[in-house]
Amino acid sequence: MADKAKYKTAPLKCWKKAKELRLKYYEDYAKAHERGGLRWAGGAWSFSAIPSGLGEDVWSLTSEPYAASIAFDKDFSLRCLEAAEKASYARDLCAYMRNYWGSIILNEYAFGGPFPKPDFIWQDHICCSHAKWYQVVSDLEGGIPHFCMDVSVGPYNEMAPHKIDYLVGQMHDGIEWLEETTGRIYDDDLLIEAVKNEFRTTSTWAEICSYNKHVPAPLDEKSMYSLYVLGTLNKHDRQVAEFYQELRDEVKERVEQGIAAIPNEQCRLMSDTQPPWGFLSIFRYMEEFGAISIGSLYTFGLIGIWEDKPDGSWGPRATPMQQGIDIKDRDQALRLYADWTLSKPEWQHFYSPHLKTEMMIRIAREWQLNGILLHYNRGCEGLSVGIAENRLGLIEAGFPVMAFEGNMGDEREFDEARVKVRFDTFMETLGLKKNGKS
Amino acid sequence: MISAGIDIGAKTVKTVLLEDGKILGKGLVPAGLDTVASTKQTLKRALAAAGLTVEKVEGFMATGTGRKSCPFTDAEITEVGAAAKGINHVLESCRAVIDVGAEEGRAVRCDAKGKVIDFAFNEKCAAGAGTFAEGMARALEIPLEELGPLSLKARQAVPMNAQCAVFAESEVVTLIHNKTPREDIARAVLDAIASRIISMVRKVGFEKDVALIGGMALNPGFVESMKRGLEMDVHVPEDPEYIGALGAALAAAEQTT
Ligand code: SF4
Repeated sequence: MADKAKYKTAPLKCWKKAKELRLKYYEDYAKAHERGGLRWAGGAWSFSAIPSGLGEDVWSLTSEPYAASIAFDKDFSLRCLEAAEKASYARDLCAYMRNYWGSIILNEYAFGGPFPKPDFIWQDHICCSHAKWYQVVSDLEGGIPHFCMDVSVGPYNEMAPHKIDYLVGQMHDGIEWLEETTGRIYDDDLLIEAVKNEFRTTSTWAEICSYNKHVPAPLDEKSMYSLYVLGTLNKHDRQVAEFYQELRDEVKERVEQGIAAIPNEQCRLMSDTQPPWGFLSIFRYMEEFGAISIGSLYTFGLIGIWEDKPDGSWGPRATPMQQGIDIKDRDQALRLYADWTLSKPEWQHFYSPHLKTEMMIRIAREWQLNGILLHYNRGCEGLSVGIAENRLGLIEAGFPVMAFEGNMGDEREFDEARVKVRFDTFMETLGLKKNGKS
Repeated sequence: MISAGIDIGAKTVKTVLLEDGKILGKGLVPAGLDTVASTKQTLKRALAAAGLTVEKVEGFMATGTGRKSCPFTDAEITEVGAAAKGINHVLESCRAVIDVGAEEGRAVRCDAKGKVIDFAFNEKCAAGAGTFAEGMARALEIPLEELGPLSLKARQAVPMNAQCAVFAESEVVTLIHNKTPREDIARAVLDAIASRIISMVRKVGFEKDVALIGGMALNPGFVESMKRGLEMDVHVPEDPEYIGALGAALAAAEQTT
């Protein structure tokens, strides 16, 4: 392979810090009670900045990334899935949810020790599974106070003031509920700081992803998974906001110096939805052909907040602070927060696969892609709905597409050997041979 | 130059020897448990048919699910690539080739030069592959070769609804118990396989001409089921089970020249 190297590569300097921040997050949650603090659980989609107003000793456990961590550990995941099945939860439910429930049933925390029971649940409803996930968690744990927001106000391109009011009203109710449930006095300054951090984190992540428009790409998607995860854990946290700025500077420097993610980039792809976490090695397999996945709508848009730039390109949305807005009180913070979050690209396609297709085509063009990999992900009804429709749209737009079946969190539904056969065929149709020969 | 294409499939190994686009010899043997031995054997047969010795062969290319175990070469082409190349050689007007072998079904859309535009596999469902026909022939207590001709005598279309090979088998048993004529059951089986394959073909899209290759193309009842389902003519080239090996031989020639 060495003789095929077209570009210089270098390990990411920030890598170690990303790993440390992630581990610290899970440890902070587990040790919250020892430190006299509070623990809450909820989805990675939830408005996580809001509980921050309860104090600086409040730690969260977001469900999807926690479940992905379980899925990454195939043995533990299998035990969790089987435990959930034994408890009579059906095998075709959300695979993240089953892993998470299994971890509670087994009373094993993926990061050591017994499963740390949350003090309250702070959730919103994006897909049907979200609606049930924490009801079962509460049942399994013998009852946990639970607040849930309904966010079904339609796509952002149809946004209207009354829709924002609907969300903000629930947020105000939620804050009252948090005070009643925890007995603490809510601090608006902490809320304002947390939402500002979240604006920074999510805009900076979009900026980082934008640098991957460059050829050669400075980041590959497999590595991006270890970086974007912080935004799914703690996007309202100052340390995460600062880490992303540090990462952004490093990625910018890589572009300026021509440092590539892989040495032999000759084919640029994107994936879709969550990958099969137990089999991330498929990304390395692609690289043997000189193919790199530069990201996906999922990696870019689950955390990143984007906007149309004056030149027509897709780029990081300017934060309220960058727009010179001074956030003075609770209501203003919540209003800006609702509007910001509802523009999240990954929320849009819950309303229509066509919105997703448009965004995917846009990425395919702006990031100069040669092909697209679609994961018919049986583990996630939310993100896989409409993928077959996306496939047709992408093909119509002239992009070669390869679809493969799998499951992001249930390794029993991923056939690695068969998927590799598909990759071989797809690579051949793109004119690529193993070890970068073309 | 003389090139050899070797298609190591799940049930059989096929070799085609080619010179300037002309087939010199062919060989087919069951894959068995020792595919290396079977591969050697099939080459021996093809060489004997062509009246050649192995030294005359200048380029080898393997294809098929077992291609990585080919003892003669590391050079390989996927089944999809080989099918498209092979069919283009014998039927230039072909724009969609459907390859139904023992283990899986494949649909390939290709252009006028035999370049693959899109493809799909049906690898998870045994009810859409040749092995299913074999199992159902067993359930009907007839040799596999008789399943197709028997189905052509059917008087009525009997629907089979099961999506899975195992359930389909019990459906066949029920039909037998209900005294459904065996020819109608034979047609029901082949129609069921065809319907699974056709849904995959529709996924990649198709236009004229459509060709059917692989072992199942030798089954006249299945060919009729495909024609009915696609509502168009389906071309079956001569020796349809050798098209993959032919495509591999063509790729070997391209690589060597
Ligand atoms: S089905 Fe998908 S979107 Fe819904 S909770 Fe599970 S992982 Fe999230």
